Amino acid sequence: MNIIVPIKQVPDLVEELEVDSSGKALDKEWLKFRINEFDDHALEEALLLKEDLGGTVTVIALDGDDVDKALYTAAAKGADKLIKVTGVDAELDNHKAAKALASVIKDMDYDLILTGVQAVDDLDGQLPVLLAEYLGLPHIEVVTGVKVDGNVATVQKEFSGGIVGEYEVDLPAVLGIQAARETPRYVPVAKVRRAMRSAEIEEVNATVDDASSALTVERMFKPETGGGAEFLTGSVDEIAAKIVELIKSKI
Amino acid sequence: MKKVLVIAEHLNGQIQDITYELLGKAKELAQGGEVAVLLMGKDMKDAASSLGAADKVLYVDSDALAQFNPQTYFLTAAKAIEEYQPDIVLIGTTSQGMDLAGALSARLKMPLVAYVGALEDGKAVSQLYGGKMNVEVGLSTPYIAAVLAGAFPADKGKADGTPEVVEMAAPDLSGAKVRFKQLIEPEAGDVDITAQDILVSVGRGIQSEDNIPMFEELAQKLGGALACSRPIVDNKWLPKSRQVGKSGLKVKPKVYLAFGISGAPEHIEGMKDSELIIAVNTDAKAPIFDYAHYGVTEDMFDLVPKLMEKL
Ligand SMILES: Cc1cc2nc3c(=O)[nH]c(=O)nc-3n(C[C@H](O)[C@H](O)[C@H](O)COP(=O)(O)OP(=O)(O)OC[C@H]3O[C@@H](n4cnc5c(N)ncnc54)[C@H](O)[C@@H]3O)c2cc1C
Repeated sequence: MNIIVPIKQVPDLVEELEVDSSGKALDKEWLKFRINEFDDHALEEALLLKEDLGGTVTVIALDGDDVDKALYTAAAKGADKLIKVTGVDAELDNHKAAKALASVIKDMDYDLILTGVQAVDDLDGQLPVLLAEYLGLPHIEVVTGVKVDGNVATVQKEFSGGIVGEYEVDLPAVLGIQAARETPRYVPVAKVRRAMRSAEIEEVNATVDDASSALTVERMFKPETGGGAEFLTGSVDEIAAKIVELIKSKI
Repeated sequence: MKKVLVIAEHLNGQIQDITYELLGKAKELAQGGEVAVLLMGKDMKDAASSLGAADKVLYVDSDALAQFNPQTYFLTAAKAIEEYQPDIVLIGTTSQGMDLAGALSARLKMPLVAYVGALEDGKAVSQLYGGKMNVEVGLSTPYIAAVLAGAFPADKGKADGTPEVVEMAAPDLSGAKVRFKQLIEPEAGDVDITAQDILVSVGRGIQSEDNIPMFEELAQKLGGALACSRPIVDNKWLPKSRQVGKSGLKVKPKVYLAFGISGAPEHIEGMKDSELIIAVNTDAKAPIFDYAHYGVTEDMFDLVPKLMEKL
């Protein structure tokens, strides 16, 4: 069972986001990056499947902010192979990212591709289905359970209201993972450091021709917060009293 | 004048609200042009009568479409779009829509803009970074917009009327690589969070499972129940029946007290119609404050003990 896990780095939303001087992109100077949380779930599910069934997990990412660290972290968690795809700038362009990834993945040997259901910067749609389409594979988005038996996976897809659809899909396929069956594992920094010394990142140059989202970003701006909350101020004690009063007024 | 196509969504035979939300918007975008709804299903032709706001219903009937299927719905929608040639295609940013929009965009080479919260002629605003940034894009037809649930009012898409039903043939779906097996209904929880007057809702900011009892106690003291955001359920700290949002439940309590919830669009979708929303979050820029009536930026672990004292 060989599994490929495309991952991506995204801005850590704990940090304040600012628009740069172009007015069309994030100011990256002070941004911290972290792995897309759903990619982390995809990696976890891949590692669990490997533990059950044997095989390999290959983690692949487009070159970008702090990508090496993310790849080494994946190795520390148990990924067998790391690939960095260079030569493609796919900021806010998942069509391009998917084409670049597909151009590398198409020559690889794999049974399953697991990646995050979405990321916080999917301006032109989510990666899993774009990737599937460029590879000519079936896809299922919003996956919360995967079982593999031979060449078929039984997959749980979540709808609203907690309703789940169960599907069978012939492999290879691309699954957009919403949640792994376990909370993504944590690795201590020391282990990541060891991985940095022992694991190797294979660099592959990709060129993409016609693919792009074809969208033109006119501007990026923070949502207006005008209609929003009235902030309660004062001591914590005063705030607590005010909250109790607000609640009592409603019931 | 534009031709606008809405992809209808149904689950368990029920047309979902998102369809009406899209339909209302479609009428506006069409500017006197034609609004059609693509309805895919099995023996669902009668549902066309509930789509009175449309001019036309393109109906495709097949056993392979009886329930949502990421592949058969995609292939059928691709064929319908190629035949109908709309200027604008509207799809929901929903579990179903996420399997269709990108695939259609790649296959048909139509630009796609996702997480759309505002849309007018030639311009869309996409809500990115968990609702912390908006991106405005220029659009020229034809294009696909994947619209956030709740972005547009559903009542504008509900109207009496008898749209013309045009039956279309399904493509050959016999070799589908994805096969629907069954729908699994959620297990009933111990508490029905949709039937509460007061919800205390906790998010990832509570940091540890050990803090659940404290909020449980707060909820009890208030005579309400404990609810949560998705990561709390993914961590198995609370059962799925307590989850508010897109893939959880839609709630409308008199009071919704949110602790350590950032306000991602998927969460907001499930609680924004609550009568009184009070949000506690140390990040003053958290999107939850755009929807809350009252906000507190204190550390919840300082605030909650004080709240308990007063109850
Ligand atoms: C298809 C799909 C469906 C989804 N469905 C749902 C859904 O149904 N429901 C849902 O909730 N999410 C859903 N999500 C997930 C959603 O995208 C977000 O990841 C999730 O809502 C974030 O949860 P959160 O706000 O608890 O966590 P975070 O975004 O991590 O926010 C934690 C917040 O806690 C604050 N905080 C930290 N410490 C403190 C403190 N001491 N005091 C006060 N505040 C503090 C932080 O400032 C931060 O804002 C879905 C995602 C997808 C892709």
